[in-house]
Amino acid sequence: MYIVIIGGGKVGFYLAKALLNEGHEILVIEKDASRTEFIHNELGSVCIRGDGCEVTTLTEVGAGRANMFIAVTGDDDDNLVACQVARHKFNVPRTIARISNPKNETIFKKLGIDVTISSTNIILEYIEQEVPTHPLTHLLTIRDRGVEVVEVKIPPKSPIIGKMVKELSLPPGSIISLIIRQREKPQVPTAETIIQAEDQIIAVTTPEAEEALRTVLRGL
Amino acid sequence: MKVVIMGCGRVGARLAGLLDIEGHSITILDTDTYSFRRLPAEFAGTALVGDGMDEEALKKAGIEKADAFVAVTQGDNRNIMAAQIAKHLFNVPRVLCRIYDPLRRELFNSLGIEALSPTTTFAQMLKDKIER
Repeated sequence: MYIVIIGGGKVGFYLAKALLNEGHEILVIEKDASRTEFIHNELGSVCIRGDGCEVTTLTEVGAGRANMFIAVTGDDDDNLVACQVARHKFNVPRTIARISNPKNETIFKKLGIDVTISSTNIILEYIEQEVPTHPLTHLLTIRDRGVEVVEVKIPPKSPIIGKMVKELSLPPGSIISLIIRQREKPQVPTAETIIQAEDQIIAVTTPEAEEALRTVLRGL
Repeated sequence: MKVVIMGCGRVGARLAGLLDIEGHSITILDTDTYSFRRLPAEFAGTALVGDGMDEEALKKAGIEKADAFVAVTQGDNRNIMAAQIAKHLFNVPRVLCRIYDPLRRELFNSLGIEALSPTTTFAQMLKDKIER
């Protein structure tokens, strides 16, 4: 595959290195002269100096035959415009943008960027999974379809301990899909399953009902 | 008319002043308060610190009720991104932006963004003056 990468910072450099190792044809476009030289010395002639949003630069690197276009500069607006130019001027079939402000995810989708990667969100997700006190962990968000898979740990004082699943008043659109207990096989609950303290619950919910679900399960 | 302007540079501040005198309701955004010194002393509109690429800042500036949005920061890409947010997310009826790069301007014009390139316009004006 021919892949064009915009931005030769740390992300761009290691990305190029990894993709080269996988046998792809790579070209990095970097604005800074000394950074360009560094990549050139490290990886060979796979980096040119230029502005990845400029039509002339992209023509020069043959963006028209690129299979994929990845914009990983530190600025969301630059990444957006680079991807849009690649898509609309050079018909690159797949464009990927790195974003720093998680709020831009929806905007970029709406403006036709195929994939966005938010480093902020990725780090946040890890923190949520690693920090046990965090009340509700997002495991999976089915993008733009309004469905989330979350994990909740039942605290020792939750009012729902000892209750059956059917007795819980879960918010609309929410369902408990799995209960994980220490030293037991994870089980798909029935209406009669009784909630115990320290249960790990995997639930399907919606972004709107998330807060209400947490209140029901944790009693906060 | 309610107009939101992003970027209080020379052009942004001057435009804000001109529209303000005509009685339009103006909100001007800039990330740096120091830029607001460029506004005329009698400016009656609102000057807000904020990033025009940020939805929240745009809402505070009243973008939801704006009749027009103008992006005139120094960065082409910032202007392009803000203009697209105003047009596609907030459905502002009239969106204008400045794009210095003529080729980029051409492309985004074809994508429905009403963009002006001072580079092209000014070079043409100079040429006309010289040849006259």
